[in-house]
Amino acid sequence: MLNLFTDPNLQWILIGSMLLGLSTGIIGTFAYLRKQSLIGDTLAHAALPGICIAFMLSGVKSVGYFMIGAIVAGMIATLGISWITRHSRIKPDAAMGIVLSVFFGLGIVLLTQIQHSSYGNQSGLDKFLFGQAASMTSNDVYTMMGVAILLIVACALLFKEFKLISFDSGYARGLGFSVATLEQLLLWLVTIAVVVGIQAVGVVLVAALLITPAVSARYWTDRLGVMTILSGIFGALSGAIGTWISAGTASLPTGPLSVLTATALFVGSVLFGPRRGVVAKLIRRYTAKREWAAEGKGKAGAASSAKEREVSA
Amino acid sequence: MSGFWIMLTGALVASCCGILGCFLILRRMALVGDAISHSVLPGIVIAFLISGSRDSFFMLFGAAIIGFVTVFLIQMFQNSGVQSDASIGVVFTSLFAVGVLLVSLNAKHVDLDLDCVLYGEIAYVQWNQISVAGMEIGPKAVWLLGITLFIIVAIIALFYKQFKLCAFDPALAAAIGIPVALFHYVLMGLVSMATVSSFESVGAILVVGLLIVPPATAYLLTDRLGMMIVLSLIIGVISSVAGYYTAAALDASIAGCMVCVAGVLFLFAFLFSPTHGLVTRKLRQRTTATREAY
Repeated sequence: MLNLFTDPNLQWILIGSMLLGLSTGIIGTFAYLRKQSLIGDTLAHAALPGICIAFMLSGVKSVGYFMIGAIVAGMIATLGISWITRHSRIKPDAAMGIVLSVFFGLGIVLLTQIQHSSYGNQSGLDKFLFGQAASMTSNDVYTMMGVAILLIVACALLFKEFKLISFDSGYARGLGFSVATLEQLLLWLVTIAVVVGIQAVGVVLVAALLITPAVSARYWTDRLGVMTILSGIFGALSGAIGTWISAGTASLPTGPLSVLTATALFVGSVLFGPRRGVVAKLIRRYTAKREWAAEGKGKAGAASSAKEREVSA
Repeated sequence: MSGFWIMLTGALVASCCGILGCFLILRRMALVGDAISHSVLPGIVIAFLISGSRDSFFMLFGAAIIGFVTVFLIQMFQNSGVQSDASIGVVFTSLFAVGVLLVSLNAKHVDLDLDCVLYGEIAYVQWNQISVAGMEIGPKAVWLLGITLFIIVAIIALFYKQFKLCAFDPALAAAIGIPVALFHYVLMGLVSMATVSSFESVGAILVVGLLIVPPATAYLLTDRLGMMIVLSLIIGVISSVAGYYTAAALDASIAGCMVCVAGVLFLFAFLFSPTHGLVTRKLRQRTTATREAY
């Protein structure tokens, strides 16, 4: 396990996973507060047609092209979701489901087209979809660093605006902000985070990196600023611990381990969160019960009967 | 003949999903099907590890159990105050991660083709026939889905009023003494059953797509729940038949084409629905505006 700090290869993976967890944790806070936690899952699935088209157009298996394709497809998907929810009575969750399944269906159709035509070997495509954190190289880490900086700077600059549209978009509209533009911008930032995450942990698990740290952070605070930072820390911590465990064992992949670490943090938060946590609630209920019992005993019958008289009068 | 069985399977999946999807959309839990179809992975792997066989009965059993566990966990976290979308997301990703870990831990002696288990291929439906007394009586998937559909229709028809009330106004339902939580679990159990019995033969994406897209389309076309279910059934069946022919014409994935056809139908309803369509509403606004002007 010590080799984590000496092996340069592992260091890259460690830095990469931490940066990824940090940026998805931060941006995930806003997705969570806007009740769009599953947007990560949607965007990750919606990336498939983009990746296929990028491959069909370029004819080479290059991660760079795949990422551009995935980001473009993700942006179109977010536009689709906003368009459907804005112009019909379809709820956001159903809109996400529609976009997810139709885009993924289209992606599968394109994938079979690629298989049946003369594009050659397409086997690298699904590798992109299932993710491989262990094969992260220094280049990937630089990309992640760039993305993390972009997301953090964007969130810091637009913190007030994002806060406003997360809690009270009607008020934001009243103040003259262009809510639709801000929402779209936020979704695009999520798209970028998701597409970078897909590479490391795969389509299904990238959703967890967005949701789980944010939900856990919600248990510890009522302030958005603290929650955002906490969520970023939780994300980075999950990435680090996941990499650490994975490095210590022979064949365990990093992605699922990071996700399970995040889940463990989540369960810990649900149990031990200071005010919303299960334990805190139980203690509160217990003390309230005892106080009530003590009150009943101390004041004896007189006070309560006086109160009863008051009520009946 | 193969075309007939594929279309019949598609139509059966569409019917199971179409009925349940209407309730899911109304309860704003559209993505539960997606969650279940992913989270069954550990169930399949554990069933495989215990039984040691790739017999689909065991896998189905394992998947069904984990499906119920998923539903239960989602509800538990929701009750303890987690937002419903977040609780769906946390539960299914964690279970999927457990599944991936189990696969990689046992990679040496597990020869599981994940793609095939998770993303079944509807084109192979007819090769898996059931035979009774030496006679082939149709593909296994058709029988399995037929039974599932029968159970779903029976339960929904029996408790239609209760399900309807729970979908629209759970508070009122609770106030007049309907066990809302029980009906919620029954509905989620049915969704889990439908997902599990379909995904092995037709693939997760078709289940997720048919669970959401046809009911959403129907939702744009009518304001009555009964009508919404009927329309969603019709749209689902049209999608599977038209999807099959599209796939045959393009030589592409059948499940993918079925979902794409459903998507196109949704787009039409979204734009041209007589009551809720984007274009129709714009036209109506214009005619009212011109009438007002005179």
